[in-house]
Amino acid sequence: MSTVQTSNDMSIEPKPIIPTAAAGHATHGHHVTQQVGQPGAPAAVSTETAITVRGFSSWYGSFQALKSLDLDIPTRQVTAFIGPSGCGKSTFLRWINRMNDTIPSARAEGTLDLHGEDLLSRSLDVVDLRRRVGMVFQKPNPFPKSIYDNVAFGPRLHKHYTRAELDQLVEQSLRSASIWNEVKDRLHASALGLSGGQQQRLCIARAIAVGPEMLLMDEPCSALDPKSTLAIEELIETLADRYTIVIVTHNMQQAARVSDQTAFFFEGRLIEAGTTESIWNKPKNKQTEDYITGRFG
Amino acid sequence: MATVRSTASRVLANRAFLLACLLATSIAMAVLAVLLVSIIWQGWDGLSWKFISGLASRKAKDAGIMVPLLGSIWVCAICALIALPLGVGTAIYLEEFAKRSRFTRIVQTNILNLAGVPSIVYGILGLTAFARMFGAFGTNMDDATTFGNEESLFFLRFPFGSSVIAGGLTLMLVVLPVVIIATQESLRAIPRGLRDGSYALGATRWQTVWGITLPAAIPGIMTGAILAMSRAIGESAPLLVLGGALLVYNAPENLMSDFAVLPLQIYNWAGRPQEEFHRIAASAIIIQLGVLLLFNGVAVFIRQKLQKPLQ
Repeated sequence: MSTVQTSNDMSIEPKPIIPTAAAGHATHGHHVTQQVGQPGAPAAVSTETAITVRGFSSWYGSFQALKSLDLDIPTRQVTAFIGPSGCGKSTFLRWINRMNDTIPSARAEGTLDLHGEDLLSRSLDVVDLRRRVGMVFQKPNPFPKSIYDNVAFGPRLHKHYTRAELDQLVEQSLRSASIWNEVKDRLHASALGLSGGQQQRLCIARAIAVGPEMLLMDEPCSALDPKSTLAIEELIETLADRYTIVIVTHNMQQAARVSDQTAFFFEGRLIEAGTTESIWNKPKNKQTEDYITGRFG
Repeated sequence: MATVRSTASRVLANRAFLLACLLATSIAMAVLAVLLVSIIWQGWDGLSWKFISGLASRKAKDAGIMVPLLGSIWVCAICALIALPLGVGTAIYLEEFAKRSRFTRIVQTNILNLAGVPSIVYGILGLTAFARMFGAFGTNMDDATTFGNEESLFFLRFPFGSSVIAGGLTLMLVVLPVVIIATQESLRAIPRGLRDGSYALGATRWQTVWGITLPAAIPGIMTGAILAMSRAIGESAPLLVLGGALLVYNAPENLMSDFAVLPLQIYNWAGRPQEEFHRIAASAIIIQLGVLLLFNGVAVFIRQKLQKPLQ
């Protein structure tokens, strides 16, 4: 047992809902051999669990938003959270990088570990956590700065770089986010002049630039047109070789297209989770089946 | 059963509203135009380099406004240098750092109330706190504690008396609520997404304020600063209470110098029975408006400079 200490009673039997990659589900076939200056283990078929969730509940004031979740999120795979609006999937996502700290009435109980480290601990350094766990928001939110400065903002928060190092890091990050070719000639132009889809990829580049191991995406395509959505989905697929990705989406087809694992939330509970294939082909739960076949939600 | 609203009546209502708006605007413009035209009519002929660079005189044709002009610039500069950092700092604390509590609510309400306090009340406060310093250094200016040579730029005297520094500090009290409120408004207008984006990269609060929120809020803050300085340069009541002299023969040499300011000079001249003084009062008003426009121009220039990365 790790040294984590949570308010959760350890007697609760851990029940991993997602069977770890042994399920024979194909992860992304192509493995990167090149690491773009990112920390972390070399790419390999993931069998390791990044996030462990046991008996996790959370509240906004007296409203209970999440009810006793149990879930394992594997490393370097894409996990999709699906479910109707208000089911708690975004709330849960924002606990993983502790963005809920900005909401005074938010609190949580239970186990939420990243590689065995307690993410709910009071002594946790949230600044370091957020460097390791990046986030992409629903609405593209580039800073009112140049494209270059948007990407360089994160790295500069954490370290002193020489100009050459920073130039390289910015280029690598923009390349990783598949936007380099579109912006390389206007790095010092305002990021606000980019299209919505470009802005969102810039935000992904910005998140990558600080060298995270994990990316949280909160409905990253909901404000984008179909073409930009496709670009982001393709990007997610390539990024999954290097990053653990969790994506919240309202779009069923998107979840089916991009994810390896799917977790279905409903009214604050985790109804069903497993490989995307199994959820899609033979959902165990009636509610899940109704939702993914479009009978409600 | 809902009845149909006729298109004709809606178009008519639309036109009527447009007309009402135009009327309101033109009344405001007309008042401003009458004011400007009458001032320029009276004062334009009196404008000359001799008038601007001249010193005080008992005769209207020899009188100049160098001393009150420099006095206004000194006082407003002191006011800006203190009020802006203090006001912006307070606003940042209240908006970005302070937890919502009973205490911050009380502070907030008080700042809003202070913005509505008549400026003459600040004059009384300035007189007590800055000019007399609550009598802590005695009540007679002849017994004041001094440091340095009276002619030097760094001459200090406690209490301040009716000096440039006391005037600047008093005006600072007048405009501080305006600066705080304007800065808070512009900080509040920053979309939450920008802050979230910064925090999500692992930025601390300070890094978020310095790197993201404050630069994005600068245009609003500068607008607040313009308003505040426009108010400061036009204030006369608190300086009158403070004992701002109506007839001073020398421009300020240091922070402890006596001072005159343009609004008081205008008040003085306009109140005299002789027609000639009314005319030079009008000339002084033109100069005052010029200084105001200059201040605003500088602020707009700074705003444009800082906004450049946005374009």
